[in-house]
Amino acid sequence: MEQFYAIAITIIAASTPLLIAALGELVVERSGVLNLGVEGMMIMGAVCGFGAAYVSGNPYVGLLASIFGGIAMSILFGFLTLTLLANQVATGLAITLLGIGLSALIGESFVGQPIQRLPNFHGINILIVFSFVLTALVSWFLFRTRTGLMIRAVGDSHVSAHAMGFPVVGLRYACVAFGGACAGLAGGYLSVADTPQWVENMTAGRGWIALALVVFSTWLPKRLVFGAYLFGTISILSFTVQTMALGIPSQLLSCTPYLVTVAALVVISRNRQLLRANTPACLGQPFLADR
Amino acid sequence: MPLRLEKRAERSSTMALLSPIIAIGLTLIFGAIVFAMRGVDPLHGLYVYFLEPLTDEWAREKLIVKATPLVMMAAGLSISYQANVWNIGAAGQLYMGALVAGLVPVFLTGWQTPEVMLVMLILGIAGGALWAMIPAILKVKFNANEILTSLMLVYVAELVFDWLVRGPLRDPKGYNFPKTVNFAGWQTLPAWGDVHLGALLALLAALGLGFLMYRMLKGFELRTLGSAPRAGRFAGFSADKAVYFCFGVSGGLAGLAGACDVMGVGRQLQTPYSTPSYGFVAIIVAFLGRLNPVGAILAGLLLALTFLGGEAAQTTLHIPDKIAKVFQGVLLFFVLACDTLVLYRLKWESRK
Repeated sequence: MEQFYAIAITIIAASTPLLIAALGELVVERSGVLNLGVEGMMIMGAVCGFGAAYVSGNPYVGLLASIFGGIAMSILFGFLTLTLLANQVATGLAITLLGIGLSALIGESFVGQPIQRLPNFHGINILIVFSFVLTALVSWFLFRTRTGLMIRAVGDSHVSAHAMGFPVVGLRYACVAFGGACAGLAGGYLSVADTPQWVENMTAGRGWIALALVVFSTWLPKRLVFGAYLFGTISILSFTVQTMALGIPSQLLSCTPYLVTVAALVVISRNRQLLRANTPACLGQPFLADR
Repeated sequence: MPLRLEKRAERSSTMALLSPIIAIGLTLIFGAIVFAMRGVDPLHGLYVYFLEPLTDEWAREKLIVKATPLVMMAAGLSISYQANVWNIGAAGQLYMGALVAGLVPVFLTGWQTPEVMLVMLILGIAGGALWAMIPAILKVKFNANEILTSLMLVYVAELVFDWLVRGPLRDPKGYNFPKTVNFAGWQTLPAWGDVHLGALLALLAALGLGFLMYRMLKGFELRTLGSAPRAGRFAGFSADKAVYFCFGVSGGLAGLAGACDVMGVGRQLQTPYSTPSYGFVAIIVAFLGRLNPVGAILAGLLLALTFLGGEAAQTTLHIPDKIAKVFQGVLLFFVLACDTLVLYRLKWESRK
């Protein structure tokens, strides 16, 4: 029983950052913006969170800093794609490349340093609870509020939304910043609550998995919980199997989460009707208001 | 907002040439600020970082060695991105090219005729191209987003490479180091100083793809499918074939880059293996070269210089060489931002 509980806790710990980061990206994509920089915003959140927690000695200050780190990167993304109308795919990649480099430079002096870990109750910390609250909030906000409807309208047809007088660019900036905050917090979760230490490149592709989860969920927040926990479970199980020494090379088991991501994308994407019905129609398209 | 964009009647060819130069200038200013913040005289810092590495012969050779895989990969990525095919897994394809080419020296160490070199290079291309076919097939058959699948396969390739080099391919007489036997004789590339045959191949690849892109129907097809997919379909161009073609070419070149790297530089397979990270830098090279394969040559040399500068900064200025990655990321930002000027005019106006 105790062993079962321990495994359950590690699964929750592995799933939570995926869920938080994916929730943010889901809102961004609902507004019609494709930010591929989740990985970069996440790693910046991780390094900012760790640094602030290290300097202040307070993990909550760390989490706050991680949110700001993520937002700062996302605003940079927003400026390029929403104001300067740069290609969203390329800019997202730029955010990731810059985030990985900048975090390595900032984190140089943090390597091997200890910090006070985010407190938890039998392995459950505040962020785990928060991730579920956030799921419910995002779901309610997108589908039950006027602003949520406006965001979805902007994502489905920015020309019509603009004609109706909605502030297309303003709403998109807000969504992008929210996505940055979530990705940053997810990174902060890794460095302040989960590992508590700074390791270069510690996000290890989780930001990309979060991006895939958004497609997997067909842009519905509730399905993200299922997706995130599926991936958390698979990655933890692959670790657990490694410890059993079955003679399967550990590297091949470590491949599982990435291969499962590919498989999940294939399963969802091959249903073109399902995808067409749910994908925000303006996803990735630049918008310039003519006046 | 005081800053406003106004669409130009047609794309500005002046700006198309100027924008990468402006971007480089802005990156240098950014660099000067970073050096000043670190307490280094900005001009001295820039000199050490960007000019000193070019002053001696040995460093110039190293520059070409580092530029070789960058140019090779960026040339393939350039044509893919122009066709709106987003292969961002060049790193994984490089791993596979290196791995497959490396099988020959490991299992057929005694094969020492000139043909073996050619066979290894072809195996490298095949390894990269076949690995790149996975996201291409998933895209065409199942509509799966190629950005995410090609990237996920980088992690898989890295883990497979690590497993094989630590396990089945390891040199039994290698004192347990995670590496294969050393490559020798015809199983390595001829070199002049440090510069190996791969540099010539990279040059040929970039020029060849440039010719294909701007002087052949195939290039027109790819460019049309990228900029106006509907028009491309009406013209009878197949988007699916373009996906296979782009992944095949860019993957093959990434695989060739891997084969050349292990045959010309490392002369063994070892793990951890650092060159694949150039697969991501090649994305920056492609954009800095304005997605023109020929432009990738100059852009590749510049990005190679940022690596050398990073090493110089570490030894001379005592600034961590991670600064190189920051400069590379910032450069891509400025390139993307300046590209706006090609299609738009900036207008400052007071609020009405």
